Amino acid sequence: MTPSGAEFVRQIKGQIAEVDPAQVHDVLWDENVVLVDVRESDEVAAGKLPGAVHVPRGFLESRIDGAVGDRDKRVVLYCASGNRSALAARTLTEDLGYANVESMTGGYTLWKDRGYEVDVPRTLSAEQRERYSRHILINEVGLEGQIKLIDSKVLLIGAGALGSPNALYLAAAGVGTIGIVDDDVVDLSNLQRQVVHGTSTIDTPKVESAAKRINDLNPDVKVVQHQQRLDADTVLELFKGYDVIVDGTDNFPTRYLINDAAVRLDKPVVSAAILGFEAQLSVFDTRSHEGHESGPCYRCLFPVPPPAELAPSCGANGVLGVLPGTAGLLQATEVIKLIIGVGDSLQGRLLMYDALAAEFNEVKVRKDPECPVCSRDRASISDDELGVFPDYEAFCAAAG
Amino acid sequence: MAEVTFKIPTQLRAATGGEGTVKAEGTTVGTALEHLFGNHPELRSSLTDSEGDLRRFVNVYLDGEDIRFGDGLGTAVADRQELQILPAVAGGR
Repeated sequence: MTPSGAEFVRQIKGQIAEVDPAQVHDVLWDENVVLVDVRESDEVAAGKLPGAVHVPRGFLESRIDGAVGDRDKRVVLYCASGNRSALAARTLTEDLGYANVESMTGGYTLWKDRGYEVDVPRTLSAEQRERYSRHILINEVGLEGQIKLIDSKVLLIGAGALGSPNALYLAAAGVGTIGIVDDDVVDLSNLQRQVVHGTSTIDTPKVESAAKRINDLNPDVKVVQHQQRLDADTVLELFKGYDVIVDGTDNFPTRYLINDAAVRLDKPVVSAAILGFEAQLSVFDTRSHEGHESGPCYRCLFPVPPPAELAPSCGANGVLGVLPGTAGLLQATEVIKLIIGVGDSLQGRLLMYDALAAEFNEVKVRKDPECPVCSRDRASISDDELGVFPDYEAFCAAAG
Repeated sequence: MAEVTFKIPTQLRAATGGEGTVKAEGTTVGTALEHLFGNHPELRSSLTDSEGDLRRFVNVYLDGEDIRFGDGLGTAVADRQELQILPAVAGGR
């Protein structure tokens, strides 16, 4: 006679190893033990054991190797009460050949009743879930990616043509803190492209104008207004508080200063530049950590800036108003990818967009082993060296 | 002799009569550049210094690879290869 469901679970429990929550508590954070939560996502959202990995029972066979890997490792499974984890333990032992599997008796319920610590995962408010629902629906972002965005701090250098689309879309995406560095005020001639500002904010500081628009778009965003020019004395202190730097500046001295400070602090820079109908875009990320190889910096690409007569950015230049929109949004896309850690970044590549030809091209950017900045030990880059190169500003001044 | 195509960025197009792509012949990047300068003399001082070396704020890419990491101006070129000239650009406002 076939057993009832309850009887079947009882029989299984007789065939597998069970462990009391007290014993599990003793091995919490032990790197030789993997805790696996086999409950459904909505149950886990209310809290789980600290350090436990989540493998829903429905995905057990397909995902357990990714979560545990070593079949000789001690694995402790738990669910809400100890039944599903018992069944899962049998599967791992009998079907998948895991040698050392236990099911925690009483499950999460008993664990909590005993007063042991739990991790309550970060969740979003109902309003945030609604606001970011189209992000949460894509796997590459999801709830986890959205929380990363909310926790992130992005610094925009310049609230101008490139800064505008970045400010608007990063705010819309839910980037939690957006710092803006700009010492300028809004001018009528800006509005052909600097869409974060408006006719009603002409003559007000750009940082203030941008903050107003950002907070109308998304009141969750904390906007930090840095109404100043970026200078060598304060750049390090300023950058320390941010995760990603967005370079949308209009001059070479600032670009080299941003680069040198970012290399020294190992902060990623998402850089774009525009002229006429063309844009250049890249990600300079010299961080070196597991899973990320240190990339080239701006000085690997251009060791020195051009002199004034060949640097069209000294004075006012024409630009198709929509071009910085395109370039700035490609930039914002790279920022978001860096924050949530998905896709292939533009690190090591320079993307060129020619709006007239409607063409994208890219070239390789290699890490220069003799780079004057990023080839060096970070601590050896002195404050005095940041953004320094020969007499550039004098050239620009002389060029008028 | 190989025929290559130079891609000229906006800020240098005054020297090419507004053309964004210009064909040239040569066996190396250097000789192709000489051919380019022969037809568009104003480009010479924008791209090279008095020694004839490429200026340090101008990069040239042969099919997407920076020639500085190849054999520089001596890098061999083949028919139909593309040479992108890329000066640093700073505009953002």
